Order: sequence, then structure tokens, then C-alpha cells
Amino acid sequence: MSINHEPTAEQIKENRLYLQMGMTDAEYERAVEKLGRTPNYVETGLFSAMWSEHCSYKSSKSVLRRFPTEGARVLQGPGEGAGIVDIGDNQAAVFKMESHNSPSAIEPFIGAATGAGGIIRDVFSMGARPVALVNSLRFGDLTDPRDRFLFEEAVAGIASYGNAMGIPTVAGEVQFDQCYSKRPLVNAMAVGLLNHEDIQKGVAAGIGNTVIYAGATTGRDGIHGATMSSSELSIEEEQELPVMQAGDPFIEKLLMEACLELVQSDALIGIQDMGAAGLTSSAAEMASKAGYGVELNLDLVPQREENMTAYEMMLSESQERMLIVVKKGREEEVIALFTKYGITAATIGHVTDDKMLRLLHKGEVAAEVSADLLAEDAPSYQKESKEPASFAKNQAIENTEPQVTNLKETLLDLLQRPTIASKEWVYNQFDTGARTNTVLAPGASAGVIRVRGTNKGIAMTADCNSRFIYLDPEVGGKIAVAEAARNLVCSGAEPIALTDCLNFGSPDKPEVFWQLEKSADGISEACRKLNAPVIGGNVSLSNEVNGVPIYPTPTIGLVGIVHDLSQVTTPGFKQAGDAIYLIGQTEMEFGGSELQQMIEGKIFGKSPAIDLDLEATRQQQLLQAIQAGMIQSADDLSEGGFAVALCEGTFGSQGLGADVTVEGSAITALFSETQSRFLVTVQAEQVAAFEEKVQDAVKIGTVTDGEEIVIKDAEGTVLVEGTVEEFQTAWKGAIACLLNSED
Amino acid sequence: MKFAVLVFPGLTCDLDMYHAIEETVKQDVEYVWHTEADQLDQFDAVLLPTGTSYGNYLRPGALAKSSPACKQLQAFAESGKLVLGVGNGFHILVEAGILPGGFLRNQSLKFRSARETVRVENNNTAFTKDYTQGQVLTLPVANEFGNYYADEQTVEELKNNNQIVFTYANENTDGSTEAIAGITNKRGNVLGMMPLPERAVEEIIGGTDGTALFQSIMNNRGEQHVN
Repeated sequence: MSINHEPTAEQIKENRLYLQMGMTDAEYERAVEKLGRTPNYVETGLFSAMWSEHCSYKSSKSVLRRFPTEGARVLQGPGEGAGIVDIGDNQAAVFKMESHNSPSAIEPFIGAATGAGGIIRDVFSMGARPVALVNSLRFGDLTDPRDRFLFEEAVAGIASYGNAMGIPTVAGEVQFDQCYSKRPLVNAMAVGLLNHEDIQKGVAAGIGNTVIYAGATTGRDGIHGATMSSSELSIEEEQELPVMQAGDPFIEKLLMEACLELVQSDALIGIQDMGAAGLTSSAAEMASKAGYGVELNLDLVPQREENMTAYEMMLSESQERMLIVVKKGREEEVIALFTKYGITAATIGHVTDDKMLRLLHKGEVAAEVSADLLAEDAPSYQKESKEPASFAKNQAIENTEPQVTNLKETLLDLLQRPTIASKEWVYNQFDTGARTNTVLAPGASAGVIRVRGTNKGIAMTADCNSRFIYLDPEVGGKIAVAEAARNLVCSGAEPIALTDCLNFGSPDKPEVFWQLEKSADGISEACRKLNAPVIGGNVSLSNEVNGVPIYPTPTIGLVGIVHDLSQVTTPGFKQAGDAIYLIGQTEMEFGGSELQQMIEGKIFGKSPAIDLDLEATRQQQLLQAIQAGMIQSADDLSEGGFAVALCEGTFGSQGLGADVTVEGSAITALFSETQSRFLVTVQAEQVAAFEEKVQDAVKIGTVTDGEEIVIKDAEGTVLVEGTVEEFQTAWKGAIACLLNSED
Repeated sequence: MKFAVLVFPGLTCDLDMYHAIEETVKQDVEYVWHTEADQLDQFDAVLLPTGTSYGNYLRPGALAKSSPACKQLQAFAESGKLVLGVGNGFHILVEAGILPGGFLRNQSLKFRSARETVRVENNNTAFTKDYTQGQVLTLPVANEFGNYYADEQTVEELKNNNQIVFTYANENTDGSTEAIAGITNKRGNVLGMMPLPERAVEEIIGGTDGTALFQSIMNNRGEQHVN
């Protein structure tokens, strides 16, 4: 027997060893009080993991409650592995987005890969077949070699996992800003499909039922990952971080197939992924949700290293593991099912009626804690919230135009900004066509996959302009949802529900917490107005480097339905002679715009305004026009404004150009980022019907076959003139060019 | 006609191949898990889909070679019935020695997903009769090891026997020897190719240039039989 060097309960208390595990004095005292005794080393570990922000949402719960989570289509809201919405025909879409920011800041390839792996498990743990992946990424502006490294490796990591799983990546977005330098955001979203009767939950119910462990063996990797993810990163400390968990998509593919086969068996009671805080969170949550207890014999846990302690096994975050509860007496057939796929599975415990999580190890009780206490009774904090001084200051600044002397050069410069430039370099590394259902791949406004056997599609997108949220979190929150919805509508889809990933700085900073609250308010209001409830999500706080928080980045992952696949629409112009329309007035709004950042080197002033009623009306009218077959191409106006969208319309075409006339100040007309605007093209015979349907549409020009882009002002003076090729070359090669630069 | 989609662990795109058969030639098609490969002789053709067999550990296709199923695949190929391997399935055929050559990582050193133009260099095979000689197709590729390599002598033999069936028409982005995209064995009953015809059988998913390949198999299945 190995010698146990673990500190005693008394030593933990006296030497405040819980601090090293991320627990505060008050939290430790709360644990002692609720437990009625001082917890031993293993138990302290259980508390610290389950009461981390990552598992308990203790700082963000009050904010998350603001989100609307109900809706006619919602079959499963927040609280399970993933949310579920009805898509008709007895089918449902299952999806969730999750962050893997901290691991990706340290080991970007592994961190990003396991992020994809984790979210895929969340979806198949609900009984759904994962059918598409989406990602949302943020990096520093690629001038720093470390940021280039993080970007290249994180993209390769996501690709390696998703591709090896055979799940296509069909949408995503990448933005670059110095605020993410060395602290990248890697948010991954998975979308699955299932039939209603196959919905599974993570429950450990039925006294005497058997707890089975399936998947990769447990090692010492990722111990205390949940705690690490919940703390700030100081660059000097990188070396001291725990061994990171590595993923293996080969195992996960086999595990997924086995689990999806198991879902069809009536032996299955409950199933949950061992994600953050591994065995601890899955066992405690499954027992707590079902109102039962779980007793595990840790000697039976499949282990990849020798002499692992109970503490190590419970806090390991080894990847590709599932905890499963099956009917007593059905163990053998379930284990045989996993064995067929070459996956390790073992009985490790059973369900009890005493509501305790009890761990046996080497003949002794290693821990015995109420499952509810771990899963439900984490402290909940109402953090201090304070409006930052910068907010009022920014609000007081009058809207002005940035100084632009050469409109064409400015447009070319904007097209080369990595946030605007083609993301081909990124998405060419993703297998976008696996499963042969991809109707719209990355590069369009949204990804669309066909629901095989129907004429329907599921559309998906991720979006968040954090600069607007930094300047005005409430308005910016509204914009994030509205813009995601615009992406779907432009693709011909009706938005139905969303998932979010709330990436913020430290909640202990009152100004950061204020950003969190205000942006949640904005998101909530937009969800209500646009009829898209929040069905799940994830919170990633303390995204800071050396005390400086990132811009608040509540990424929105929105899913919609295409009712008829013939209605799928893309941004690319379709034929010469089509009329080009701009939907929505343009105001002088440059606060947080790409042009402001490019010219001034910083952002300031007011975020663009948004009127959600107007937004909803325009989106409905446009979607109806698309569904009625009136629209040839559609794109929303986002970063870079009108001129960039016009260029993208030609880039997505087969050798077409554009000739348009704009009103008012040229700089505003071309580059302002006023919200709720769309650029669409319409065939001549549809023009009358279209103008009647979409009230705020103004004809501004014509699609030409000249392969030239010409923008004139009302007097006929040419503002911008150039070949599609010169604009496209600038746009297409910019990211590869930045990555190849050396310094 | 009865098709088997032979699935080694990690070959993720079995579904794509299955649906391509349903979509194009509408024949019987079954998944055969690698442990059931002793049943292959019931089938008229074996399809090896793409994916990441055995996690691409060691080399793509290398571990599949050591699997008992590989012996059964070799026996099936020797019987003269048709075998099509795409992507990682092509890797397995090469590692198993059923097709000559080898694979290197893409020149970009990255996984690459794109649509490529592919020229039909030999339309006199059971897989390509429904194409015209020199026809240029647009087919998807999705791989990290698409860079086919063969030494001079092998290339000479491939050329002399008309075994080079497909080449990249415009750009040879991954760096394949002689821009090779697909080859057959000498006998012509086994085709390996990096482009993915099974992903090009419906307009809604981006084209139908792969359809004729499956129709060719259907229409010419008897021709390579040796009795």
C-alpha cells in the first residue's frame, strides 16, 4: 500500500490549504457548516471543484436568470448538457456553445481541440447525433508572434478534432483585437439532431441501478481544470499550471457511436459527459438532479496511471469519458456494446437512496458528501456592480466621422483588416462537407445543413461585436443577438433559439460585473423581440492578462430553420441587371467601428444605436421576401459598413460587378456601421413586389457584368472605382500575408 | 448489385458513401464493421470511405493494415471484384500494398478542405467508363495527407499500364507526384483516389460530378471479373 501524504482535515483547516484549491475562507466555512464537520482532503477537493465558477456559476447565476428561456419550441432549456428545440416532424435540434479559453491560452492546439471534443460530448450525451460544428474565435491583432502562434495552433486544434470526428464545421467567425492579445477566446458550438423519444438526461435514478464508466481511462491530466479556468492568467505563472488534459478524437468517435447505440436501449437510465471536474461533477449532478445518491468504488475506475489517489481520480479531467446509469442486471449487455466499439467500460458503483455521493477507495470511505450540497448548494454571489467612468465619458462624445482622404485606399485597407478579410485560411482547414448535408459552408452569412429525408435545413451562426459592448454593454448586447439573427435571415432561415458563451473579465471588478449585467439585459431584450429564447450556454469569467480584462464578449450562437431548402440565399450577386437595394437608413455612427479602430488606433464614443422593433420588422419583411422568392442575394451590413458588403457581393459572384450611387456624406455612406441594414439584389420582374414588401428598401444601383465596382455620389462624382479583382486580392490574401510576416 | 461500406474504426465518412449509393445507383448497400469482414464475399463491390482510421496513428492507414479485416480486403481485391477507396480509404489500400506508392503530408502542412478540378486521364476503367476521356470534374477534397508520392519506376509502371485515372487539372496544391489524384491497380479492379466523389452526387450539396463514377461501377461491374 502506498503511503498517504495527503494532509489531514485539521491541517487543511489550520494551514488554509483550501486557498490553493481556489476556495475562499468564507466558502470553506460554508462547506464546514453545511457538512457539520471539517472535510477531508478528497472532500475539500470535491467542494473546490463543484463550487468553482465553471461548475456552479456562483457569480453569474443572478445574471443568467435574466435570460428568457421559454418558448413554444423549447424542449430542454438551460441546465442539461445542451438545450433542445423542436424543429417539427418529431425531430429536434440540440445545441450548446462552450468556451475553452484558459487551456487555449496555454496550449492552443490541445486546448482548442478538447474544447471541440467537450461540446460534441455534451450534444451526444443528450442522445443526439452531432451534425455540425460552429466556432467563434478571438485573438490579438496578429502583429505579435505569440498571437500568431495562438491563432494558428488553435485553428489547427479545432480542425484536428472536428475533422477526425467526421462532423463538418459549417459556420464560424474570427475577430482580432489587441484586447485578446495572449488571452484568446475559443468558443465551440455543436449542433445535433434527434427524434423526440430519444432525448436523454443526466440522471442517476432508481435505487440499486448500476453506475457504469465508459470511455478513455483516467489519468492525472487536467486535475483542477475547472478551478484553473475560473482564475485569472498571469503570464509569469504559465509554467506552474497543472498538466493539461489532451484529447483523442479517435476514442471519442468510437465512444459517440457506442453511446448513440446505447440510447436506443431501454437499459439506459441516464448519461452524462465527464466534463469540467470530471467524475465529481458528473456523479454529483446526476445524483442531485434525480434526487438520489451515488456510491462509487474508485478501485474499479479504469486508470491509466499507477497508484492514483481518490483525490486525483475525482478531479482528473481526462477527456472522452462518460458516466452512465443503467438498469440493474443489464450491465453485461451494456459493457458488451462498448466493447464492440473497442471502448473500455466498467461497473463502478450504484444508485442509493441516501442522496449522498459516497466514494470508496481501498476498503475505506474516501469521501461522503451530500450530492445536493455539491451540485446545488454552492454559494451564490451578488457581485458589486458599478458603471465605469469611461461609459459616461464615451456617451458624452458627439458622433463624428473619422478623417478619410482617399476613399478607395481606405476601402482597400479595411478589406485587409483581419476581422474583415476572407477567413478562407481558417475554414479551409475544416472539413466542411462531411456527412454530405452541407448546403451552406463557411464563407456565407450562416451555415446551413439539410435535415436528411426532409426539405428542411438547420441554419446556424455565431456572432459578437465586443467593441460595441465595451462602449455600451446594453446596446451592444442587443446588437450581438440582432446581428446573429440578420445572418440567419439573410440565409433564408427563421431564428428559433440561441446559446451563449459569456466571456468576460474578473467578476470581482465591479465595472466588469456591470458589463455582464448590462449586456445580459440587452441580450434578453433582443431575445424577446426577435423571439429566440436562450436554451443553454456557458460562462467564462476572469479572462484577463496581468489584470487587464478583455472587452466583454458574450458570444451568441444562434440556430434557425430553413423551411424550404430552395429558399437558401447567399451574399453573392447572381446576375447582371439585377437591382441593388439598401435596406435601412445610414447614420453617422463610427463608435467602435472597424474604421475608427483603424484610423484612430482605439475605439471611443457611442456604439451605434439599435431600435429592436425596427430590426424585427425589417428582418420579418426580408425573410418573407426571401421565402416568396423575390431575393437573389442578401447580406447584412456589419464591420466596415456598406462598401465592404458591396465588395463581398461581387466576390461571391461569378465575374459580376456593381454600379451604385450613395446619398449624403461619402465617408458615412461607405463606412458607417449603423445597425439593421441589409444589402440585397432583386431581379427586374420582382422589383415591384419586393418594394411593396420591404418598406425601407431603397434602390441604389445595378449588378453589372463589367467586373468593376463603381460607387458614385448623388451628383454623379465617382467616389470609388476599381476592378473586383484588385479588391478581392486584398481581401483574400490578407490573413495568410499577416501570418507569413516575420518579426 | 450489393455494395459493402467497409468500416475500420475511425473511418468517419461511411455515411457519405452509403448515401451516395442510395442517391445514385439505388442498390443494396450495407455497412460492414471491420470485425465482420469475413462476410465480404457476399458483396459485389467494397467501398472504403474516408475518415481517420485508427486516429491516423503512426501513418494514415498504417494500423488498418495490421487488422484481420485487411487480409479479407486483400482477398476480395484479388478475386477481381471492384474496390473503391477514397481519402483515408486510399491510404489504407496503399498501406495494404493493394495499390502502389505512399503519402506525404500536404505541402501546406495543414488539413485542406476545398473543391478541386480533376481530369479523367483514363476513362477505360470500370470506375470511369461513364466519363469522357479528358473530362474535367469538380470534386471536393478534405485531407491532411493528400500528397501522393511514387518513385520514378513506379510512375513509369503506372503510366505504362494506364493506371493513372485522375490528375489534378488546375492546381496540384498538395504536391502529388505527377499531380496524381487517383490510380488503379494493374488489373484495374481497385481504384484509390483522394478527391471525394461520394460528396458530389447532389446539386444541393454542391455538384454532381461524382455521380458518373458510381454509375460506371454499376454498369461495368462484370468486366473486371476473372473466372
